Amino acid sequence: MRARAPMALLCIGGLAGCERVRHGVQSALDPAGHQAGRIADLWWLFLAVLAAVYALVLILLLVAAFRPRRRGRVPVGSAFPQEAPTERRLTRVLVAWAVGTTAIILTLTGFSYAVDRDILSLGHRAELTVEITAKQWWWQVKYDDPVPNRSFETANEIRLPVGVPVRVILKAQDVIHSFWVPNLHGKTDLIPGRVNETVIVANREGRFRGQCAEFCGFQHANMALDVVAVPRAEFDAWRESQLAPAVAPSDEQSQEGQRVFLTSACVMCHTIRGTTAASRVGPDLTHIATRPSLAAGTLPYSKGNLAGWIADPQRIKPGSQMPVTGLSADQLQSVLAYLDGLK
Amino acid sequence: MSSPCRRAVSLLLFAAFALAACDREDREPRGAPVGESGPGATVQGTLYAGEPTPPDPRRQEYEGNAYHISQGKQLYVWFNCGTCHANGGGDIGPPLMDDVWIYGDSLENIFATIVQGRPNGMPSFRNKIPETQIWEIAAYVRSMSGQTPTAASPGRNDSLNAKPAEQRTPKAEPKNSNPGGPGVEGRQ
Repeated sequence: MRARAPMALLCIGGLAGCERVRHGVQSALDPAGHQAGRIADLWWLFLAVLAAVYALVLILLLVAAFRPRRRGRVPVGSAFPQEAPTERRLTRVLVAWAVGTTAIILTLTGFSYAVDRDILSLGHRAELTVEITAKQWWWQVKYDDPVPNRSFETANEIRLPVGVPVRVILKAQDVIHSFWVPNLHGKTDLIPGRVNETVIVANREGRFRGQCAEFCGFQHANMALDVVAVPRAEFDAWRESQLAPAVAPSDEQSQEGQRVFLTSACVMCHTIRGTTAASRVGPDLTHIATRPSLAAGTLPYSKGNLAGWIADPQRIKPGSQMPVTGLSADQLQSVLAYLDGLK
Repeated sequence: MSSPCRRAVSLLLFAAFALAACDREDREPRGAPVGESGPGATVQGTLYAGEPTPPDPRRQEYEGNAYHISQGKQLYVWFNCGTCHANGGGDIGPPLMDDVWIYGDSLENIFATIVQGRPNGMPSFRNKIPETQIWEIAAYVRSMSGQTPTAASPGRNDSLNAKPAEQRTPKAEPKNSNPGGPGVEGRQ
């Protein structure tokens, strides 16, 4: 009785875990896109077939282990001539087993091949191109457009219109990273000096989490990105708002914040379109207040979190390339007022 | 006194003496806000009226200190020094790993160069980089040409780098060191 309580707890915990996996923002088993759906189907097929084979093997093993010995039928000494019929039956069973195994492996290989062909066939239907450059430890995202002044940059966030395949061009600046949004697609590596490409499509609205899937250094675990799938009209509106330069600060504190931003260390790395800040080392901050998270998914966006991040980035994300900039309390407050207004 | 008691006392004494030797280095990882630090050290030349200026007291803390030099190495990257000076070999800015010191080779000289800026492209970083961090960067810049003790110089690079780490850099004896700036007569 005493042993059952922890077991029951374990089972409930396991089921709760399942629930999170089946309806998760970062789960390959909760597909929200065509490719992830095919991959998940394939995964369930593999799981079912292999579990059945495993169960069969275990059952046969148990039967063999606990079967009573047939005494008397096997005389001690010269047994071989009488064993011939058993031997033949055993050979037949083993041949059938080998044929079955080969057939299962070939069938699964065929399914795997078909799914592979299918998930790579979306490329020619892509209507939108997003260029992602992975850096230690954040994602630079550029929305390309044939008209140059209609492309813009953002960071750690991709928005997609529902049902539209998006071509994602993948580059890396420093080391190898891997782009993985489990709800939408499998992984694709980003390799320095090489341009990779993948296509993602979201079939329903929602917010998903992408994560770097190739160990890339100290803050690899805190290198995430938000993928937000929205209806087409909403996406177009978002795109127009992102294209606009930053709003000018209206109140006195924000104006002071802008002045501090443009004269302190901030301006050495960041861009705010519409001002003289145009450095391309750190993330573009033109519309930072519209983003869901800060520091590549390390913190959810809020004014307080932004304050903590600016005041001491090395405590929140040690090793990140943003140094302590030594703003005084007043300077920090005014910079916060300015940045929080950048909708 | 019984023998176990004596042993305990001697152990305690030993521990007390051993712990007395522990003197943790005082580190100030966050520094003072940029606006609140005092006037920067500005060592312009070696020619002064009156008594020679004593070296800056902060030199003791940063020069040859492994922690500060390795911090400086990170800050060198984070504040984009490499954009002009590359990894020390120089690009549109002068190289930092050779034996030529246009504005002097002492820690104070390098600090002043970063704080004040210099003609032909070196911007002033006053009020942009906190002073403690400038000292750290200056200490690291000295290690790039092997001016710091090998025990204190960084032993590895954080990223792919054709150049071996500073620890293995042979010392480049400073020449043409001229804190007053290049080509100024009478200030040698």
